[in-house]
This record gives sequence, structure tokens and C-alpha cells, in this order.
Amino acid sequence: MTITFLRRLGPPLLGGVVALSLTPAANAAEELRIGFVAPTTGIFAQVGKDMVDGFQLYLDDVNSDFGGAKVKFIVEDEQGKPDTAVTRAKKLALQDKVHLLVGGLLASSGYALAPVSTAEKTVYVVPVSAADDLTQRDLAKYPYLIRTGWSSSQPSHPFGQWACDQGYKKIAAVGADYAFGYEVIGGFQRAFEACGGQIIQKIWPPIGTKDFGPYIPTIRQDADAIFTLMVGPMSLQFPKQLAASGNKKPVIGGGTSYDEFVLPSMGDEVIGHVSALQYSAALETPKNEAFVKKYRAKFGKVPSYYSETNYTSAQMIHEVIKNNKGNFPGAEEFVKQLAALKLDTIRGPVSIDDMRNPVQNIYIKKVEKKKMFGYDKEELWNTVIKTYPNVSQFGQFNKDEFLKTPVYSRDFPPCKFCN
Amino acid sequence: MQSQHIKVLSVVVALAAIAVIIPNTNSFVILLTTRALAFSILVMSVDVLLGYTGLASLGQAAYLGVGAYVTAILATRYQFGLGYDFWIVVALGICFAAALAAVFGLLAIRATGVYFLMITLALGQCAWGLAYRWNSLTGGDNGINLRARPKFGIDLANEVTFFYVVFGFFAVSLLLMYTLVRSPFGRSLMGIRERELRMKILGYNTWLHKYLAFIIAGAFGGLAGVLWAHTAGIVSPENVVLTTSVDALLMAVLGGAGTLVGGVIGAMIVFGLREYLSTLVPWWQYVLGAVYVLTILYLPTGLMGIPQRIRQRRTLTGRRDDMKKIATVTS
Repeated sequence: MTITFLRRLGPPLLGGVVALSLTPAANAAEELRIGFVAPTTGIFAQVGKDMVDGFQLYLDDVNSDFGGAKVKFIVEDEQGKPDTAVTRAKKLALQDKVHLLVGGLLASSGYALAPVSTAEKTVYVVPVSAADDLTQRDLAKYPYLIRTGWSSSQPSHPFGQWACDQGYKKIAAVGADYAFGYEVIGGFQRAFEACGGQIIQKIWPPIGTKDFGPYIPTIRQDADAIFTLMVGPMSLQFPKQLAASGNKKPVIGGGTSYDEFVLPSMGDEVIGHVSALQYSAALETPKNEAFVKKYRAKFGKVPSYYSETNYTSAQMIHEVIKNNKGNFPGAEEFVKQLAALKLDTIRGPVSIDDMRNPVQNIYIKKVEKKKMFGYDKEELWNTVIKTYPNVSQFGQFNKDEFLKTPVYSRDFPPCKFCN
Repeated sequence: MQSQHIKVLSVVVALAAIAVIIPNTNSFVILLTTRALAFSILVMSVDVLLGYTGLASLGQAAYLGVGAYVTAILATRYQFGLGYDFWIVVALGICFAAALAAVFGLLAIRATGVYFLMITLALGQCAWGLAYRWNSLTGGDNGINLRARPKFGIDLANEVTFFYVVFGFFAVSLLLMYTLVRSPFGRSLMGIRERELRMKILGYNTWLHKYLAFIIAGAFGGLAGVLWAHTAGIVSPENVVLTTSVDALLMAVLGGAGTLVGGVIGAMIVFGLREYLSTLVPWWQYVLGAVYVLTILYLPTGLMGIPQRIRQRRTLTGRRDDMKKIATVTS
């Protein structure tokens, strides 16, 4: 009788011992655990490194002390895959019991992590993932999600207005064939056509295209300018091949086409290209100059927007924790306070709109070769030529009408002038 | 046949141990085990093809993808499959995957060896391409989010409950596949693996045997996909990409091709290293790589082949000792 009793008790006892050894010891009060999900291995490893470096730089600046709370920064590798991101996020929420989840690079990772935040009732701060609908049509599903970065179409809306002001009437668009490409170009098309312009062509080379030979010759000759949205190696190849084909038209593009992540590897073929983003490393403010110098001294490269947005997100989290005297106020309260924040950051003044997306400056920047910030070599920099202040994710459009229309896709807005 | 009984008994004991110990550990370990078990169904199906039929396929992730996408599309678009109709979705996932395997099999089974590998790779990539580009159906690279797990009397959102459900499916799949490979049909497959020409001469329709094995593997892949969609909660083209097929193949080889359980062990090890070790140290990929390389070099029959190799060693040394005795006597 006792033997069977012991045998029955054995496995749960063993399991209990195993469980006890696996659970972490109870943490001292006033420790803020931040779980960071980024691709530190795989093809996006370099971007992931920039993200982690940006956040870590802020932590080093304040000595990991957020208003009295000691920050424990746990980085998990999502390898650029949505399932891995979900597993990591669950591990951070369930095993490490983090207070905040931060990160995610691709739109797919953002869409994967958002439901985890709802299920585990953990705050999810989004510094990079720019998928529009996370803070638009899908917002109600994710009450713990708050974005501190940008939405893909946010810079495109004022940029479209800028293009009209330059006198462009017809523009041909060439963009990477995936959701991010659709949203950046879609936003531009909506804004450009709203002020009288025409998008006369939309070409979608697949992701990873190295040879744009089939696409460049098809660009219509009657276009006044070319709008490009390229990512990764495509953003290096496309301008080279476009220049080699003898293109004389002005080239404008999405922010990531000429961001400081790819700019150092580019050559003179991109001088004069204009793009729009909420950050440029060439922003001539004392805050940015100090940031660029500090970042470059530590990591040997000019910070990209990936680094800046994570630095700023850390800063915003710090503000909220500071206002709570070093205590974490609970998930809902944290989101509420972060959404009410107005901060002067490296990229300028940032506040959060009622759909939990930032309202910030959008900089129209032009690639120029010059010396900046006292560096002795002439390099490519994104000089800011115009600033649009207080741009929300809906830009110059009415929020309710905007939300009634479908999300930007390959076929929306429809290409009325393509024939 | 006694060794066979011992093998079966040890598997049953191991399964029971898993069922009892795991739910008492922390949620992360439960989550990992659930994922490993769901993926193991796919790995075992790869083993049926590789270990028992001799066909190495690099496209099995396509069937995982079919099962997963069917589940996701029905759940998000038609609100179907989140209650008792979950079981219908399971059946649909299996049927669609088997149907795809039937179509792909017509193209693939005509080839053998390296050519079979290449065709299945290409077909797998076709499935990936569809998942990636058919935006209106699959959501493209954004993937499809399943917001909730099914509830039918029991709530699968509870990690422990879900673990038991997946474990149940896994145990049933293992049992079915075991019955399959020990049946006359399974024996014929092993015959085809050894010498297809001889089987043909003996009058077996080897093409049909291979085709049916391919469809069965696809069906199990579909089941794995349905479960996989619910473990992660998101389905994206990453599930159908080449690396997933390669993973399944490698896990089967690591554990030991030709033993169903080997695939499960391989899956547990790889998932353990990849998901658990990677949270502890950054150099986990070296460990995983070393495990693969060492297994291929020194243990081509996989980890499950270790007892056999030990036995072989022992018989070899035994014979050597006997020879020495004879030598001393006769000299």
C-alpha cells in the first residue's frame, strides 16, 4: 500500500523538485525587468545588433537606473522568424516575468508578438515594427501594445505633399514586393494624388532581387521622378543599377532606402536622392550631435534609425518609471502614462496619439557628401532640407475616413493613372 | 521478439514519464515540449519516408504549412474551428495535406535518390512561394494571427491542457505509424528501401507503395500543421520555408532513421538546444552544429543506433577473445 502510494507520489515529487530548481528565485523589489526581442542571429543580425546597441547605450548612460529601479535587460533572439519571436516572448513573460516586452523587427514579428502581449497581459513597446494596422484597424485587439517608433506610411503622407510642392506631376514607383513596400508607397500615393499628382506606374520587384535589369527599362519615360522603396541589399543595388542605366530623373524614396544603416555602403550614385523619415543622423541639433558622436565612438558607425528609436524608447520608458518613483505601475497604468507622455528626444518632440502611435517630426532629407559634426572625412549624410512638425500616422487626412478605407496593399490605392 | 517487447515497453514508460513530469515544470518548458511534440509528428512522418521507404524528402514542410494555413484561414476568416468544430478542422487539415501530397507525389515519386530530393525541394519551395505571394489568402509575409485557441468543454488556452491534447495526438500518431511500419505494407516499404528492383521482380507495385507512403506522410504532416498553428498562434511563410523541411530531415537523421522514436528524440534535442540553450548561452549554434557533424561522422545510424553499435562492439571483442583462446591451445 505504501509502496504504490510512494510510487504515485514519486513523479510529482520529482517534478516538483525539477520545477523548483527551474523557477528563478523571487526578485528583490524595485527591479525593472525588460525583455528585448530582436534578431541577433540570422540575416537580420546586423539590424538586431543596432537595435540592442541603441537600447543598451541609453542604459549605460543612466547606469541602468530608471528613477530608482534597477533595470534588468534580457535580450532574446528571434532570428527574424515569427514563431521564434512568440516562443521567446512567452519565455520572457512566463519564465523571466518581465514587466515590459520591447522589440520585434519585421511586421510579421510585430503581428506575432502583439497577441502574446494581450494573452500574457504584458506591455509591448514597439520601437521598430512599422506595420500600419498594429495601431490602426487592429488596435482594439492589443490593449497592451504601444508604439514608440513609427508606422510605415507615416513619413509618406507629408512626403507626398512635398513632392507636389516641388512641382512633380507624374511619378513612377518601384518598391519591394511585400507589405512594408505597399504601405510606404500607398501612403505616398494617397498624399501625392490628393494634392494633384499622379502615380503613373507601380513596379514591384520581389524581395531579394539583385538584378533590376527586367524592371529599370520599363520605367515610364514621361515620369517626372522615381519613387523607390528598397530594403537591405536591394537598397544598395537599385541606385547603382539605376545610375548605370543613364537615369537623369530625380529619385526620391522611402526612409529605409537611404537610412544610415545602408548609407555607409553606398557610393556617389545616391547623392541628391531625397527621402522621408522621422530621424536623420545629420539632424543639426545639440542632442543629436552628442548622440551621434557618442554612438560612433562606442560602436564605430553612425547610428541608424534602428539605434535611435530604441534609445528613445528606453528614454520614454525611463520617464514613465521616473514619474512613478521607480515602481512599475502595472501594465494598464504604464500604457496609459506612456501614451500621455510628451518628450523632447533626439529625433525631436515626440508625443503619442490616441491610437498609441507617435506624433513626431518628419524630416525630408537629401543625401549629400560633406563633413559633419567635426569629423575630418567627407561622407554621405542625410541633410535635412525640410521639417514637417507634429505628423501623426494619419498625416493630413481625417482619421475616421482613413480608417474606413482598407489597409495599403498591392492594389490599394488603385493605380488610376497606370495605363 | 523479446527485445521488441522491451523496446515497446521502454517507449511506453518514456511517454508516461513525459506526460507526468512535464506539466509540473514551468510554463516555458511545457511550451517547448508542446512545440517539440507537435513538430515530432512531422519528423516521424519524414522518418516513415526516409527510414522505412528510403526516400529522403526535402519538402515535407509544405504539408505542415497546408495544415497550419487551413487552420488559420478557417479560424480568422470563417470563425470556424474554435469550438467542437476543432475536430473537423483537424480532419480538414489532414485531408488537404494528403490531397497536396497526392498531387505532388505524382510528380515526385517517379524519381529516386538525389532527384527525388531535388523535386521535393522544388515542390516545397512552390508551396512557400504560394504562401508568400497569395496575399489575399495567406496574408503574405505578415502571416495570419490566430487570436485564440479552441474551447470545447476544455480551454486549450491553458498551457497544461493544450500540452495534454498535443500529447494525445502525438501518442495516437506514434501508435498509428508504428502499426503501419510493422504491417505487411510497412514490410514492403522496407523491402523497397533495401532493393527496389528485387521487389519489382517479386511482383510488388513499388510505385504505388511509395506513392501511398508519400500521401500518408503528407497526411501526418497536415496534422502536425494544425497543432503547430495553435502552439505558436501565428502562421507565416516561415513555417513552409526550406529550413523547416531540412530541420525535420536532420532531426530524423540525428535520432536515427528507421526508428520512429528516433525522430522524436532528435526533435527534443534540437528544440532543447535551439530554444532552451539559446536563452542561456550565445554559442548554442556551435553546439548544435557539432552535434550534427559528430552524429553524421560517428553515428550514421543516429542516437537510437547506439545500443546496436555497443552490441556490435561487444560481439567483435568477444570473438577476438575466443580466437586468442584457440590460438593459445593450438600453438
